[in-house]
Amino acid sequence: MALTVVSQIFPREMIPAVLPLIEDKLQHSKEIIRRKAVLALYKFHLIAPNQVQHIHIKFRKALCDRDVGVMAASLHIYFRMIKENSSGYKDLTGSFVTILKQVVGGKLPVDFNYHSVPAPWLQIQLLRILGLLGKDDQRTSELMYDVLDESLRRAELNHNVTYAILFECVHTVYSIYPKSELLEKAAKCIGRFVLSPKINLKYLGLKALTYVIQQDPTLALQHQMTIIECLDHPDPIIKRETLELLYRITNAQNITVIVQKMLEYLQQSKEEYIIVNLVGKIAELAEKYAPDNAWFIQTMNAVFSVGGDVMHPDIPNNFLRLLAEGFDDETENQQLRLYAVQSYLTLLDAENVFYPQKFLQVMSWVLGEYSYLLDEETPEEVITKLYKLLMNDSVSSETKAWLLAAVTKLTPQAHSSNIVERLIQEFTVSLDTCMRQHAFELKHLRENVELMKSLLPVDKSCEDMVVDASLSFLDGFVAEELSQGAAPYKPHHQRQEEKLSQEKVLNFEPYGLSFSSSGFTGRQSPAGISLGSDISGNSAETGLKETNSLKLEGIKKLWGKEGYLPKKEGKTGDETEVPPVPQESIIMENVDQTIIKKDQSQVLTQSKEEKEKQLLASSLFVGLGTESTINLLGKADTVSHKFRRKSKVKETKSGETTSAQNMPCSYFSSSSDVTYEDDYYLDTLQDRGDKELNKFSLNSELLDSESLTELPSVEKLSSCTLSPPSLFTDDMEGLRSPSSTAASVANEISLASSLLEETSEHMHSDLVEVCNNETISVSSYKIWKDDCLLVVWSVSNKSGLELKSADLEISSAENFKITEQPGCCLPVIETESIKTFQYSVQMEKPFTEGNLFGFINYQMMDTHSVQLEFSVNLSLLDFIRPLKISTENFGKLWLSFANDVKQNVKMSESQAALPSALKTLQQKLRLHVVEIIGNEGLLACQLLPSIPCLLHFRVHGDVLALWFRSSCSTLPDYLLYQCQKVVEGS
Amino acid sequence: MIQFFLMVNKQGQTRLSKYYEHVEINKRTLLETEVIRSCLSRSNEQCSFIEFKDFKLIYRQYATLFIVVGVNDTENEMTIYEFIHNFVEVLDEYFSRVSELDIMFNLDKVHIILDEMVLNGCIVETNKKRILAPLLILDKMSES
Repeated sequence: MALTVVSQIFPREMIPAVLPLIEDKLQHSKEIIRRKAVLALYKFHLIAPNQVQHIHIKFRKALCDRDVGVMAASLHIYFRMIKENSSGYKDLTGSFVTILKQVVGGKLPVDFNYHSVPAPWLQIQLLRILGLLGKDDQRTSELMYDVLDESLRRAELNHNVTYAILFECVHTVYSIYPKSELLEKAAKCIGRFVLSPKINLKYLGLKALTYVIQQDPTLALQHQMTIIECLDHPDPIIKRETLELLYRITNAQNITVIVQKMLEYLQQSKEEYIIVNLVGKIAELAEKYAPDNAWFIQTMNAVFSVGGDVMHPDIPNNFLRLLAEGFDDETENQQLRLYAVQSYLTLLDAENVFYPQKFLQVMSWVLGEYSYLLDEETPEEVITKLYKLLMNDSVSSETKAWLLAAVTKLTPQAHSSNIVERLIQEFTVSLDTCMRQHAFELKHLRENVELMKSLLPVDKSCEDMVVDASLSFLDGFVAEELSQGAAPYKPHHQRQEEKLSQEKVLNFEPYGLSFSSSGFTGRQSPAGISLGSDISGNSAETGLKETNSLKLEGIKKLWGKEGYLPKKEGKTGDETEVPPVPQESIIMENVDQTIIKKDQSQVLTQSKEEKEKQLLASSLFVGLGTESTINLLGKADTVSHKFRRKSKVKETKSGETTSAQNMPCSYFSSSSDVTYEDDYYLDTLQDRGDKELNKFSLNSELLDSESLTELPSVEKLSSCTLSPPSLFTDDMEGLRSPSSTAASVANEISLASSLLEETSEHMHSDLVEVCNNETISVSSYKIWKDDCLLVVWSVSNKSGLELKSADLEISSAENFKITEQPGCCLPVIETESIKTFQYSVQMEKPFTEGNLFGFINYQMMDTHSVQLEFSVNLSLLDFIRPLKISTENFGKLWLSFANDVKQNVKMSESQAALPSALKTLQQKLRLHVVEIIGNEGLLACQLLPSIPCLLHFRVHGDVLALWFRSSCSTLPDYLLYQCQKVVEGS
Repeated sequence: MIQFFLMVNKQGQTRLSKYYEHVEINKRTLLETEVIRSCLSRSNEQCSFIEFKDFKLIYRQYATLFIVVGVNDTENEMTIYEFIHNFVEVLDEYFSRVSELDIMFNLDKVHIILDEMVLNGCIVETNKKRILAPLLILDKMSES
């Protein structure tokens, strides 16, 4: 009973405590106890596979148990393990086949029968395992052909459960390496399923057919009629399954019919999950196989109107991208777009129809971009329609923003614009700040028609715009400011650091800033401000560096992440964001003069304030400028490293004056003084106000698309600014690993010649033969070098013949990083000589044990090539190296690590004293003894390449209290297990 | 893999529920009502498998009692379908002509039987004698 409980609820921490008990029970005389023990172990395997790795042998014993129940229980474990790694258990195929043969042959006790079918569930489980084992493996599959044939033949009885077995059989037959006879029989079976009058079997048949059809589409032809019948079946589930089947066989010829059927189903179904699923499929098919434009647009319209707001955001985004980027043929593009525009206009004409928000958004974007293609309808008419929509209450504010953007795009093409004026009037007093900004933006753009036309060019959605990202036009201004005594700007984080050193209270400044300012409700949009704060928080640094007349190259990485995201979020982001930027810069240039004059008069009183504003402005521009360039370029990674390093250098150089120390938040503290701020704008710089407004509206637009990604990126970015060194180290790590491997490769080359020396220098394992045949034998050994694990395979040619094109390959394993020495393919292995191949292996994540698989290919004289497979077992210990640190450093590290694991271990008699225990640990685990204080000891080690782990232990009588700490969360667990093995085992 | 095992009567009252994948308690009732609603809405001519959200329901009706099993899509539906029948046969053997009342008043025993048969979402035992063996021992102990 206890064992049952164990296998149901059990915390993974307690496993080591009870594991031995359960292992004992595996030898118990009663079958039920053995069975339960196996099941308990299965549970352990489920929750913590690495802790039971060493008892795999016992599973094998359980598999060969004389009792069927125990054997059946062990199958669950094997099913799981084989699913994870089928290659490791190929040798068991034979036993599984024998077992299945016995089961099918009725060799089991009668009480296992279910409706006179011998142990059906056992059969099914075995068939599944075989299916996994035989996948893409001809040799293993050959072993099972007989037994599969047998099961197909035996399962003739007309009972549900035999159908279940048959289904599993068919599944297996089609997943293993194919054999034509079996496939034929399986296909016949499917026929029986599909044609069966029983509805459940029909369902099963369809499911099987769906699976099979991926390999052999012709099979569908045989059952055409049945499929058609099923399609009109009254049961929606059958229908759905049929659609799934059709989805698999869709091609360019039958797409129209299939999608038609799918849409019909879609219109009937109510459940959200099904809709989301089906809509995705239809959209995928439509994009892949669409026969013509009209059809494509109509299908997508249907998808949008049905799928509406529940569908995946990728679908509209993909659709828009397709429209914007188009195909190779330009005329086709135009037609497609034209058709889209026309169809949308017709849709909008219909009265009292409610469309989902997403569909409206798509419509507004398309209309805004491409309605110039229309001949008969003027932009005014389109605007009128959009306006009608805008006035509709059921439209959400997000959609309204899209609509307004579309109107903005259309305005330059329109000749008279009463509606636009009305619209502006209405929305400049809107309560929704976001809308108001859009309206203001539109208003100011309208005042300068020329500029507007240049900013909002027709059909330029995919083309890059040149933006002056470096803001060089600001340099002069800043220089002037500086000459007048303004404090040079300091990078944001530097000031942060300085401040931190003075008062710790301001620790969370960047977070505080963005949150507090987003709560700010001034005339500007809160969204705009909060983004502004983000920008200033991050790019203030970059912007001001420029103004310190340092030339900045390339694109700022800090903006890379955030800037790239909006692109994914909404394509329109690009269009609306990009154009205003140059405009601003133009205004900016004009305005600069006035600002400067103004400034000169105010220099004493307001220089600081002004400067900060300027800083903010510039930083905003930098943000936007870079952002849009990044948007357009779509990549920033190449320059990022360079930039980061550079920024660090600059940061050390930049200003020392302390007078500007409280700059970072001063803008916001001052801007929270709303009235002052506003007055200032109004009084001094009307134009500038304009510009600010534009800017904010831009920001808010950004924010629309960005609001979801905003918070994490804010945090990320602020952490960036706070700790560029950490970023730096990340980079370095990226750089280091290749360089270290390069070094090791170099080492290897030099080592290859002097192998013996090397092995004597470093600890190494004995030579173990991993595989051999009559001509060659492959042995391997490991060299535990200080910086990596070197695995050496030596291939010796035992025959008297030369071997040609010998090639040793190691297949990559998920936990290891393997670097091979170049030139592993040797043209010739001479008679009775030995060649060695070396690989340096690094562990990517902690793991108790893993296998490295590989094979060797060679060709003998005049014969075909031969392949030999082998594997080498690598354990965690191979990657543990002593970490030589002082006690002080140990203390520091100890406090800095978050992951700790404690465990008491009973020591064996022989070493029940601290020194001897230490010695074993030192020798077997290669730990470094830092210090011994009384009955306590400190040990340190590291997992290659550089994950440290610290161990503190104390001896009480014969109990050893171990306490691990590491920066890696899983490492302590694994190490603990190793320690336990060493301490208990000896 | 089996995700949950439900016994619900036609009125929608849950008689037994067991989850092999963690589901929050308050979400369970919601799930159960949805499940039973979708089962009840189906007629005899329709098949006993329902695609429900991201898993599949397999149900069988015995008089007024529905047994519904939720599985993920790696499972063979027919296997589960027959397994339900096997389970009912076991109950039938133990209670000799099982009824809803038997299940209501001997919930602990039904649970023991189910635990013998399903573990961690896998079918582990289908041999009637072996399923009932531990339970019979327990009964004997409680008698004496």
